[in-house]
Amino acid sequence: MRHLSLALFALTLSRPSFAQNPIAFTGAKIIPIAGPEIDSGVLVIDHDKILAVGPAASTKIPDQATRIDASGKIIMPGLVDSHSHIGAPEGGDSSAPIQPDVRVLDSINVKDAHFAKARAGGITTANVLPGSGHLLSGQTLYLKLRPGKTIEELLIKLPDGRIAGGMKMANGTNSRRPPPFPGTRAKSAALDREEYIRAQEYRDKILAAKGDASKLPPRDLRMEGLVEVLDGKRTVQFHTHRSDDIMTVIRLSQEFHFHVVLHHVSEGWMVADEIAKAKVPVSLIVIDSPGGKEEAKNAALFTGAALDKAGVLFGFHTDDPITDSRLFLRSAALAVRGGLSREKALYGLTMANARIIGLESRIGSLEPGKDADFILLSADPLSTYTHVLETWIEGKKVFDHSDPKDRLYATGGEGASHDQSPVSLEEEDEQVRQ
Amino acid sequence: MKLAIAFLLFIASASAQNLAIQGETVYTMAGPPITNGVLLIEKGKITRVGPASQVTIPNGYETHSAKIVTPGLVDAHSTVGLTGYLNVPTDQDQLERSAAVQPELRAIDAYDPRERLIEWVRSFGVTTMNTGHSPGALVSGQTMVVKTRGNTVEEAVIVPAAMVAASLGNEGLAEKEKSPGTRGKEAAMLRTEFIKAQEYMKPASKKTDAKSRERDLKTETFVRVLKGELPLLVTVNRTRDIMTAIRLAKEFNFNLILDGCAECDMVLDEVKASGYPVIVHPTMERASEETENISFEAAAHLQAAGIPYALQSGFESYVPKTRVILFEAAVAAANGLTFDQALASITINAAKLIGVANRVGSLEPGKDGDIALYDGDPFEYASHCIGVAIEGKMVSTAKQ
Repeated sequence: MRHLSLALFALTLSRPSFAQNPIAFTGAKIIPIAGPEIDSGVLVIDHDKILAVGPAASTKIPDQATRIDASGKIIMPGLVDSHSHIGAPEGGDSSAPIQPDVRVLDSINVKDAHFAKARAGGITTANVLPGSGHLLSGQTLYLKLRPGKTIEELLIKLPDGRIAGGMKMANGTNSRRPPPFPGTRAKSAALDREEYIRAQEYRDKILAAKGDASKLPPRDLRMEGLVEVLDGKRTVQFHTHRSDDIMTVIRLSQEFHFHVVLHHVSEGWMVADEIAKAKVPVSLIVIDSPGGKEEAKNAALFTGAALDKAGVLFGFHTDDPITDSRLFLRSAALAVRGGLSREKALYGLTMANARIIGLESRIGSLEPGKDADFILLSADPLSTYTHVLETWIEGKKVFDHSDPKDRLYATGGEGASHDQSPVSLEEEDEQVRQ
Repeated sequence: MKLAIAFLLFIASASAQNLAIQGETVYTMAGPPITNGVLLIEKGKITRVGPASQVTIPNGYETHSAKIVTPGLVDAHSTVGLTGYLNVPTDQDQLERSAAVQPELRAIDAYDPRERLIEWVRSFGVTTMNTGHSPGALVSGQTMVVKTRGNTVEEAVIVPAAMVAASLGNEGLAEKEKSPGTRGKEAAMLRTEFIKAQEYMKPASKKTDAKSRERDLKTETFVRVLKGELPLLVTVNRTRDIMTAIRLAKEFNFNLILDGCAECDMVLDEVKASGYPVIVHPTMERASEETENISFEAAAHLQAAGIPYALQSGFESYVPKTRVILFEAAVAAANGLTFDQALASITINAAKLIGVANRVGSLEPGKDGDIALYDGDPFEYASHCIGVAIEGKMVSTAKQ
C-alpha cells in the first residue's frame, strides 16, 4: 500500500511540471541586470527557463500563460553568492596543507537550515567552499539551492559532464599552523609552487603518453585535482586579505597560468590597480567593522568603490556564517554607502558572481533562455526595509514569505536552525490522499 | 606668544562649547520629531531645542546642518575598548580566565581610549557605551559607561562602575576540569558568593572583628550588587538559564538585567512577570548552539510584550570585531519595530537601562550636547552619518 501511494506521489509531483503552462509576472518593476530597469515589466517563464522579459507594452504574454500580478513588487535575478559555507562543508583534515583530492561534495548536509535561510535571503546559486585553514583545502561546489534531499539534487552539471565547482586555496595567516603546515608566508608560497610543479610534471607524463594506457602514470587523485586547475577546468577560489598576499596570489597564478578569483581582499583597495592590470576578478566580503583578525584590519566599506574605479570585475559574498545569507542584499547596499554605484552593486550580487564561477550563460541576469532563477522583493533591493517575498529556482517557487514555515527561516525563532526534518512517509501518504 | 596661545585656546574652547545644529528633522526622543529644528549647545549642555521659527542661532555659534538629527547613540552593552580590533592576545582584555568569579575586575583599568574600534563606532553616531568585561566566565568583571572620546579613560568615563557582568549556560562554564562544569554548579557558586556577601554585610561582632577588617574586593563588589548599587548583567540565552537568572535575582533581591536572551521569545510571559529589563542580543547575531533559536524579531516581541529593553552591539570574538548598534537597530526596524521604537532602543531607552538618562539619550535642555547627524534615514544602509558631537564638540565629521 505504501509503495503504491509513494508511486502515486511521484506521479503527482512530476505531472504538473510537464503540463505546466508558462507563468507571466506582470506589473512589477524589473531589474534584469542585463539592461536598464523596467518600471512596469513582464517576466515570462516556461518551465525552468525564462521565455521573455521586457516592458509591459512590448512583451508578448502567451495566451495559455498563468498570470501572476506582481504590482508594487520588484523582480530581479536570483542572487549568486560566490563564497559561502552553508551545509557544513568539510575540506581537508589536519594531515597536510595541500589536499586537492578532497571534495566538499562528500560532506555537505543538505538538510542544514542554512540552505533554507539562504533561499529566504534570495540566494539561488552559491559557491560552497571548505575552510581557509589550509593552503589548499579541497574542491568547492557551485550549487543551485534547490530544496533537495541529497546533494546530487543541488549539483550543476557542466556541458562536458563534470560537476561545477572550483578549488579552494588560501594564504596569509589562516593556513599558518604547526608542521606539516607552513610557518611563514614565503614557505606557504614555496609549498604551493612545489605542488604545482609536481602537477605540471604529472600532466606532462599524461600528455607524453598520447592516450597509450600503458604509458600513463598511475592515477593520483591529488594530481588529478591540480591538473584540472592547470587545464583551466577548475578555477582557484583564493582566500587572501593583505595587499602583499593578494600580489602573491597574482604571482602564483601567472607562473602556473591558472584561473583565479581573489576572495575577501580586505586590502584590495590598496592594490586595486594591480588587480585590474592582472585582469583577476574579486569576490568581496563587506563587514561591519575592520579587524577581528590582523589581516582584516584595513577592511573598508569603500573597497567595492575602489575596485570598481580601477576597473576590476567583482562580486559580493556572504562567507556565511561570517555574514548572514538572509542579509546578502545588505552587503551590496553597504558598498553603496562606501561610494559604489547602484548599478555595480546589483551587478555584484548577480552577474558578476555568475561570471566569477563561469555560469554567466545560465544565471545572473533575466534574459530569455536563461534559468528561471529570480526573486520578488517588497521594495528596493538596497533598502534596509525590503524583504524577499519569493525565491524561484528553475521555475519553481522555493521560498514564500507568506508561508509561515518558510517565514520562520526568514526571521529566525524557535526551530529555525534545526536541520530540516525529512517529511515522514505518513505525511507523504496524507498529501497524496489529498 | 603666551597670550597668542591663550587666545587660540580660548577660541578653541569657545567654538567647542557653543554649537548650533540645524536639522530638517530632529528626533529629540522627548516628544514628536521637530521639522526644521534647531538645537543650541552651550558649555557642553543643550540649552534650546525647537523649530527654527522659535530658536534663533546667536552670533558666534559653530553651526552644522543635516537632514536628520538624533541624540548621540547609546550602546547599552559593548566590549569595545577592552576588545581591540586586531584580535590578538595583547589587545583582548575583556576576559580573564584565571578564575570563574572575578567581579572585582574594573573596566576602567583595562580600557584603551585610543582603540580604533571606538573611533569606528563613533563615526556612525555612537557617543555613549556601556562597555567592559565580556561574557565567557561565570562572573567576568565590571562594566562602565564612557563617552566615545578622550585620550585617557578618565576623560572618557562617566560611570566608572556600571554593572557586574555574569554568564549562565555554556558561556559561564570554566575550562576543562575547573568549576563550574555544569549549570547546577554555576548557580551553586553564584549563590555561595551572594550568601558570603550577605554575611559580609552583617555588622561585625567582636568575634569576627579581626576577620571583617580584612577587605575582600570580590565580596565588596557583590555587596554593592546586593545593595542595588550595581546591577548584575547576566548573559543568558537558553530558557532554563533565563529562568535561573530570574530565580537567583528573586532569592537575593539584586537588580538583574537579562543580557542576550536569545530565547526570551520562548518565556516572554515569565520575563515580563519578573519585571527585569533585557539588553537584547544584536539583531544580526549569529544563530548557533545556544543562540540557535534567535530571531530578527526579538526586539519587536519584547516591545509588544511591554518589557523594557535596549539593543546592544555585544561581544564579537572574530570578524567583525564589533557590531554597530545603528545597523542592529536598522535591521530591527525592518523586522517589526517602528522607526521611533528602533531609535529609542539605541538612545533614550538604552540610556535609561544603563542609568544615564539624566545626561544622555534625548535632546532636551540640560542634557549633554551629544548629537548624531545623518544625510538621510539613519537606518537606510546607504545613508551616512556626517557628524557627531560630544558635549558640544564635533568629534567626527567623516562621511561614514
